[in-house]
Amino acid sequence: MSSDDGSSKKVSRKPRYSRFTQQELPACKPILTPALVIGILMCLGIISIPIGLLALSASKNVVEVVDRYDDVCIPSTDQKVGFIKDPATNKTCIRTFTIPKKMRKPVYVYYQLDNFYQNHRRYVKSRSDRQLWNPKAESSTTVCDPEGQTGDGKPIVPCGLIAWSLFNDTYMLSKNDAALQINKKDIAWRSDRTHKFSSNIYPKNFQNGTLIGGGKLDESIPLSQQEDLMVWMRTSALPTFRKLYGKIETDLEANEKITVTIQNNYNTYSFNGKKKLVISTATWIGGKNDFIGKMYMAVGGTSIVLGVIFSLLYVFKPRPLGDPSYLSWNKSPTLD
Amino acid sequence: MNLDKVSDRGDMASPRKKGIRFSRLYSFSCFRSSFRDEHSQIGLKGYSRVVYCNDPGNQEQILPSYPKNYVSTTKYTALNFIPKSLFEQFRRVANIYFLVVACVSYSPLAPYSAYSVLLPLLLVIGATIGKEAVEDWRRKKQDIEANNRRVKVYDKDRGFLKERWKNLRVGDLVKVHKDEHFPADLLLLSSSYEDGICYVETTNLDGETNLKVKHALDVTCTLNEDNSFEHFKAVIKCEDPNEDLYSFVGTLYYNDKQHPLSLQQLLLRDSKLRNTDYVYGVVVFTDHDTKVMKNSMEPPSKRSKIERKMDKIVYVLFTLLVFVSLVGSFFFGIMTENDIDDDGEMRRWYLRPDQTTAFFDPNNALMAAFLHFLTGLMLYGYLIPISLYVSIEIVKVLQVIFINQDINMYHEETDGPATAKTSNLNEELGLVDTILSDKTGTLTCNSMEFVKCSIAGTAYGRGLTEVERALAKRRGDALDDSEVTSSASLQSDDGMAPGESVKGFNFYDERVLNGQWVNEPHADMIQKFFLVLALCHTAIPEVDEEGKGILYEAESPDEAAFVISARELGFEMYERTQSHISLRELDHESHQKIDRQYELLHVLEFSSSRRRMSVIVRNVEDQLLLLSKGSDSVMLERLSKNSQDFEDVTMEHVKRYAEAGLRTLVLAYRELSKEEFSSWENEFMDAKATVGPDRDALIEAAADKIERDLILLGATAVEDKLQKGVPECIERLEKAGIKIWVITGDKMETAINIGFACSLLREDMEQIVITLDSPEIIELERKGDKEAVAKASRKSIMNQIRQGTLLLSSSGGHFSFLALIIDGKSLSFILSEDLEGPFWQLAVSCSSVICCRSTPKQKALITRLVKKGTGRTTLAIGDGANDVGMLQEADIGVGISGVEGMQAVMASDFAIAQFRFLERLLLVHGHWCYRRISMMVCYFFYKNIAFGFTLFWFEAYASFSGQPAYNDWYMSCYNVFFTSLPVIALGVFDQDVSPRLCLKNPELYQEGIQNMLFSWPRILGWILNGIICSVVVFFFTTSSAVHQAFTGDGRVLDFEAHGVYMYTCVVWAVNCQMALSINYFTWMQHLVIWGSIVVWYAFLLIYGAFPPLFSTTAYQVFVEACGPSPIFWLGTLLAVVSCLLPYVLYRTVQTEFFPMPHDIIQKWQRETSDDRRSKLREKDTLLCK
Repeated sequence: MSSDDGSSKKVSRKPRYSRFTQQELPACKPILTPALVIGILMCLGIISIPIGLLALSASKNVVEVVDRYDDVCIPSTDQKVGFIKDPATNKTCIRTFTIPKKMRKPVYVYYQLDNFYQNHRRYVKSRSDRQLWNPKAESSTTVCDPEGQTGDGKPIVPCGLIAWSLFNDTYMLSKNDAALQINKKDIAWRSDRTHKFSSNIYPKNFQNGTLIGGGKLDESIPLSQQEDLMVWMRTSALPTFRKLYGKIETDLEANEKITVTIQNNYNTYSFNGKKKLVISTATWIGGKNDFIGKMYMAVGGTSIVLGVIFSLLYVFKPRPLGDPSYLSWNKSPTLD
Repeated sequence: MNLDKVSDRGDMASPRKKGIRFSRLYSFSCFRSSFRDEHSQIGLKGYSRVVYCNDPGNQEQILPSYPKNYVSTTKYTALNFIPKSLFEQFRRVANIYFLVVACVSYSPLAPYSAYSVLLPLLLVIGATIGKEAVEDWRRKKQDIEANNRRVKVYDKDRGFLKERWKNLRVGDLVKVHKDEHFPADLLLLSSSYEDGICYVETTNLDGETNLKVKHALDVTCTLNEDNSFEHFKAVIKCEDPNEDLYSFVGTLYYNDKQHPLSLQQLLLRDSKLRNTDYVYGVVVFTDHDTKVMKNSMEPPSKRSKIERKMDKIVYVLFTLLVFVSLVGSFFFGIMTENDIDDDGEMRRWYLRPDQTTAFFDPNNALMAAFLHFLTGLMLYGYLIPISLYVSIEIVKVLQVIFINQDINMYHEETDGPATAKTSNLNEELGLVDTILSDKTGTLTCNSMEFVKCSIAGTAYGRGLTEVERALAKRRGDALDDSEVTSSASLQSDDGMAPGESVKGFNFYDERVLNGQWVNEPHADMIQKFFLVLALCHTAIPEVDEEGKGILYEAESPDEAAFVISARELGFEMYERTQSHISLRELDHESHQKIDRQYELLHVLEFSSSRRRMSVIVRNVEDQLLLLSKGSDSVMLERLSKNSQDFEDVTMEHVKRYAEAGLRTLVLAYRELSKEEFSSWENEFMDAKATVGPDRDALIEAAADKIERDLILLGATAVEDKLQKGVPECIERLEKAGIKIWVITGDKMETAINIGFACSLLREDMEQIVITLDSPEIIELERKGDKEAVAKASRKSIMNQIRQGTLLLSSSGGHFSFLALIIDGKSLSFILSEDLEGPFWQLAVSCSSVICCRSTPKQKALITRLVKKGTGRTTLAIGDGANDVGMLQEADIGVGISGVEGMQAVMASDFAIAQFRFLERLLLVHGHWCYRRISMMVCYFFYKNIAFGFTLFWFEAYASFSGQPAYNDWYMSCYNVFFTSLPVIALGVFDQDVSPRLCLKNPELYQEGIQNMLFSWPRILGWILNGIICSVVVFFFTTSSAVHQAFTGDGRVLDFEAHGVYMYTCVVWAVNCQMALSINYFTWMQHLVIWGSIVVWYAFLLIYGAFPPLFSTTAYQVFVEACGPSPIFWLGTLLAVVSCLLPYVLYRTVQTEFFPMPHDIIQKWQRETSDDRRSKLREKDTLLCK
C-alpha cells in the first residue's frame, strides 16, 4: 500500500554479490570416472587383504576349548526339567578335556548359553538402576514386576527378572588333580563396579519367593563386589551369548588334561537352551572368530577382481562418454 | 503538476476556485448514471445497506452495527493464537500420526521413552508455529501502520480534524488530499474541481497504471468547501458488501430526492487520489466490507508434483511399516504362546510368563500380538520420518533465498530481483513441460516506441525493428551496411547513437529530425501530422522534479509515445488547461521556436467501439481544425472521396508496418467552417444534455457526423519492442524440450511475425494454421445463419486438424519441427464443440503454439485445458491483471514485475523482472531444485530405511519382543544431529552441473520433464539400497562379534555395546553414502558430512559421561567397551565399505553404460582440458557482454 510513498530513500534491491549467495563457492566435484573407480577398487583390495590376513592370523592364534555339557550332565532324558528343578538332586557333573595347544595366561573361562533371550523387551526392562545405585531408592521397584517385591511387600534387592534369573552353574577346574584357581575379580566392567552397583547396598529378600529363579547372592557382600551379578546384568545382544566366568592366571600347556567339576544348577531345559563351558585365550582382536578376517579378504578379493574386469572393459571397450551430442534427445524418434 | 498549478492559481485568484470542467474532456466516460434495473432492488435482499451520512448520532445507524474501519488481516489474535495455530498444525495428517505416536508412547506399549518421541515433535511443531507467529506479526505491523494512518474527518462542531483510519465509521464525512490513499470505500460527494470529477490510480487493485476518472453527482458537486457540510444530511441505500470491483448499485436520498449511484461515484480503498487537490466523500464500506478486502482471497495453494509423489511413497512405506509390524507380531504371537506349554509348564521361565501383563500374556497371545503390532508401528516408525517434512520445509526456504539472491536474475533498470512468493514449488520449476506466455509486457517491453511514420506517402524512420531483422534473416537478405550500422546503433541497449535515448521515441531519420522536415516536399502536411500527434490526446503534462523536462501522464503507453514523439520532433506540449493546449513549436517558415496556444473546443475520445479519437481546436489563425487518429479500417471509410493521391501508398506502408510487428494508426484532419461547427456543436450539446438510455447512441451519432470527409495525413507505427534476450531465451527453452504457447490478442499476421522475431517459429518448421477466417464462413456470418456457420466452422476445423495430423505423421513425430497457429475464434469453437480430443493430440505434438486473437478470458481456459490435456507441469507467465487467472490456474505462475501493476506479481508464485530470466529460473534453479529435492527425498528414505531395518533385523533375534537395539536418545537424535545437516546441505547446495553448463546444455532439463530422477525404479532402488545397507550392517556387526571376546581382555560384546557398534556403522554408512551421492563438495559439505560423524562420537562421549541414571545404557560404553576394541573399528570400516560397494558398482556401470544427461555433461566437463575450459570461459564472458 505504501510502497511508493517512501521512494525517496529507496534502497536498491539488488542482491549483494558473494560467492556464497551466487552458489559459486570453490568446490571439488568428484565424478566416478572409470580410472577413479578402478583406482579405488584396487586400493581397497590392496588395503583389505593385508588387514584380513592380519585379523585371520590373530584369530588363528587364539586357542579355544568349547564343551557342551547340558546334555550329558543330566541323568534321564524324560525328566530333565524335573531333575533340574528339584533342589535335592545331586547336580554335580564331571567333565574332562584336553588342551589342544598351549594357552598363555590369562585364560578366560566363559559360560555360553543358547536360545536364551536376554534381549527380550520384558526382560531387558526388568531392572531398577536407581535401586542398584541409590540406597534411598530401595523401594523403587515398579519396573521390576513381578520380581519387585516379596509376597509381603518388601522390596527385593536387586529386583527384576534379570537378577532373579542369575546364572548359577559353577565350575571347578583342576589340572592333574590340582585345582586351577579361577579368578573372579575384575570380570565385570569397571563402570559397573564404580557407578552402577553401589558399595553401600547389599542384597535383600533376594530369591526368597516361592518360585526360585536362578542363583542366590551372599547378602553380606555389597553389590559392587557381586561381579557375577554385574556380568549377568549386562544383558546380551543376541540369544546366543557367552559371559565371562573367570580368569585362570596360569598358562595351560598343550595336551594337558583339564577336569571340570560342574554344578549343573541352571535350568535351560525348559526352553531347550544349550549350555557350554568355554576356555579361551584372547589376542588383540579378542576371541576366536574368523569372520572379520575372511570378510576383509573377501571384500578385498572382490574389489581386485572387479577392478581387473573394469580395467579390461576400459581398455578394450572404451566409450567416448564426454560428448554432449549424446544428449540429442530430440533426434530420437521414440520420444513421445 | 500542471493541473495542480492551474487550480492553485485559481485558488489564488479568488477564494472560490476556478476548476476545470473536465467533463468536457470526457464526452463518453462521464455519462451520468441512470436508474437501471438493479436500482429497483434497493432495500431487498442483497441490497439492504443503509448509510446515514454525516449523522453520527443516528440511532438507526448504530443499529446494524457496521464494523469500524479497524482492519485486521492477521490470521490469529493474541487469544486464539495457541489453539488456532495448533489446530492448523494438526490438520496435517502426518502431524496427527506423530502426535498419536507420542501419546501412545506414554503407555507401556512404547518400545522407547515418551520424551524421545515428544521432543522432536514439539520441536517441529514449535518451529512451524514460530514461523506462523513471525509471519503474522509482520501482517500485524502492516495493519497497525495502516490503521494508524490519518485522514481528515468532519466533526459537526470542529470541522475537519485528523483522525486515525481505524476510527472511521460508516457514514463519516472525510476529506482526502492529493496522493493519499482512500481509507475505506467512499462515496464521492465533490472534489476540488467544480464539476466534481477526480482522478484515481487503481494500481493496487487491478494493476492498471492509467488514471481513472470518477465523477460526483451533480447535486453534491457544489458541496466542495469545508464549511458546506454543516447542514448536510443524506441517506445512502446500496448493495451489500461484495467482491465485485466493477459494479456498484445504490441510491442517494438527498433533499427529498432520489439519485442513482454507480461505480462512477465509488472511491475504492487502497486506490490513490491523483491530480486532484482533494475530494470529499462519505464512508460507505469499512474494514472487511470494502471491495478490496472482499477481493483479497487467498491464492489457491499449489503443491508440487514431487510432494504429491512423496505422499505416495509415504503410503508405500506405511504399507511396508504395517507389513513389517505384522510379520513381527505374527512371530511374537507364536513365541509368546509357546512360553507356556500344554502342560502349563513355563518354557522361557526367566520371563515369568505365568505372572505377566497383557503385552506378553501367553494365554492370550492374540491380544499380545495385537498390542505388539502397535508397538511395532512405533518402533519401525523411523521408516516414515517426521524430520523429512521439516527438512524439506527448511531446504525450500533456503532454496528460495538463493533464487532471490541470484544476481543474474536481477534487473538493473527496474531494480527488480527475482522473487519467489512461495517456497512450495521450487522443484516444480524443474519439471515444466509447457510454458504459456502472455505477449504484451511479457515477451515485449510494453513500452511503446515511435519508430516509423508515413507522411504524405513518404515513409520515414530508418530503424529496423527486431521483427524486420528476423524477417530479413529469414529471407536471407543481406542487410546493406548503412542499415546495419544504423539499426545496430539504434537497437543497441546501451543507448541510441544519435543523442541520448528517449523512452517512447526510437525514431531516426535525418530528413525529419532536428527541424529538417521543413525542407521536405510536403512540409505543411508534416506540420499538420505533428500537430495531430501533439494535440489529439488526453495526456496531461507534468514538469519533472528537476523542473527541466516535461513528462506526460497518459492513459496508454501508445498515447504517451505520441506526445513524446511530438515533443522530440519540435512540438512540445507544455501546458493544458480546460480550454487550451499550449505548444512550443517550430514554425516551418520562420524556423523559430514559438509558443502557440490552441483553444480546445471538443474532445471525442477513444473507445474500443469507436476505435478513433478526435479533437476540435481553434488555432491562433482562428481556423477550426478537427484532428483525428484511428485504426486504418475505421479511418479509411471516413476519408473524403476526393482525397489525396497517396492513399494507396499510405495503406501499403500501413500493411508493411503491421507485417513488421508494429501497431499502426492512421492520422487525418479536416478544416471546419464556423457555420458547420456551430450547427454541429448545438446538435452535439443537445445530445450530451439528453437524459435517458439512448444518450450514448445520440452522442456517438453526433460525433460521427463531424468525423467525416477527412484528409489523410499519414500513418504512425509504434513498436512494442521485444524484451532483451527473448529470442535466445525461447530458443534455449525449446532446445530443452519445453513447449511454448503464446497467447496474444494480435492479428494472425502480426502474431506470426512476432513468433519469428522471438524465434518461436523458425524457417525449418512446418506451420499448421487453424483459423475460421475463410471467405465462406465470413460470408455465412454476414447472412446471420448461425447454424450454417457452426456447421461450416466445424467442417473447416475438422479438416484443418486432419491436415495437421497428417503433417505430423508424415514428419515422423519430430514434434520440434511443428508449430501450430490458431485463432481465438477457432479455439473457442473447438472448446465448445468437443473437438478437443483430436485438437490436443495435435497441439501437444507441436513444439510451439500461438493462439492469436484470443481474449483474456480464454487465457485461463487454455491453461486449464493444457494442464488437463497433457497431465504435465504447466507454467504460465504474464504481467498484467488479465493474466491473473492464467497464473493461478497453471501449476506455476510467473509474474513479470515491471511496468504494469502488481496484480500479476501478487497472484504469481515467482516474480521475475524480465522474460529472459525465465531461462535461468528454469534451466538452472529449476533443474537444481528438482534434482536437489528428489535426491534429498530419495536419500531421506534411504537413510531411514537403513536405520529402521537394522531395528527389524535385531528384533528377529530378540524374539520380536519390541526391544529397540539402541538407546532411546540415539534413536531420537538420529534424524536431528547425525544425519540431518548433510541432507539439508544436499538439498540446498548440491549442483550436478555448473550454471554455465546448465544453460549451455538445455537438454539437461529433460531429466526433469521425463522425471528421471524421481521415477519409481529410482525410488525403489534407493529403498533397496537402504535395506541392503541395513542387512550388511546388522549381519556384519553381529557376525564379527557374535559371542567371542570382543576386546583383548576377554570381555564380550553386550547389548549396550552392540547398539553403539551397529549405530556407528549406520552413521558412517549413511554419511559416506551422502558423500558419494553429492556432486559438489565445498567446505560446507565437508563440514556437515564429516562433522556429523564426529558429532556422533562426541555425543557418545558426552552422553556417556553423564551419570548412569540418565545415560542408562550409554554410560561409558564407548570409552570402556567400544573404543579400546579393534573389532569395533575394523568392523565399522568393513561394514561401511561393504554397504557402499554395491552403490559404487551400480553407479559405475550406470554412468559408463547407461549414462543420464548429467553424467554425460559432468564427464564432458571433466574431459575438456583445463586450458580449453578457460578458453571457453573467455568466450562465454565475451558473449555475455
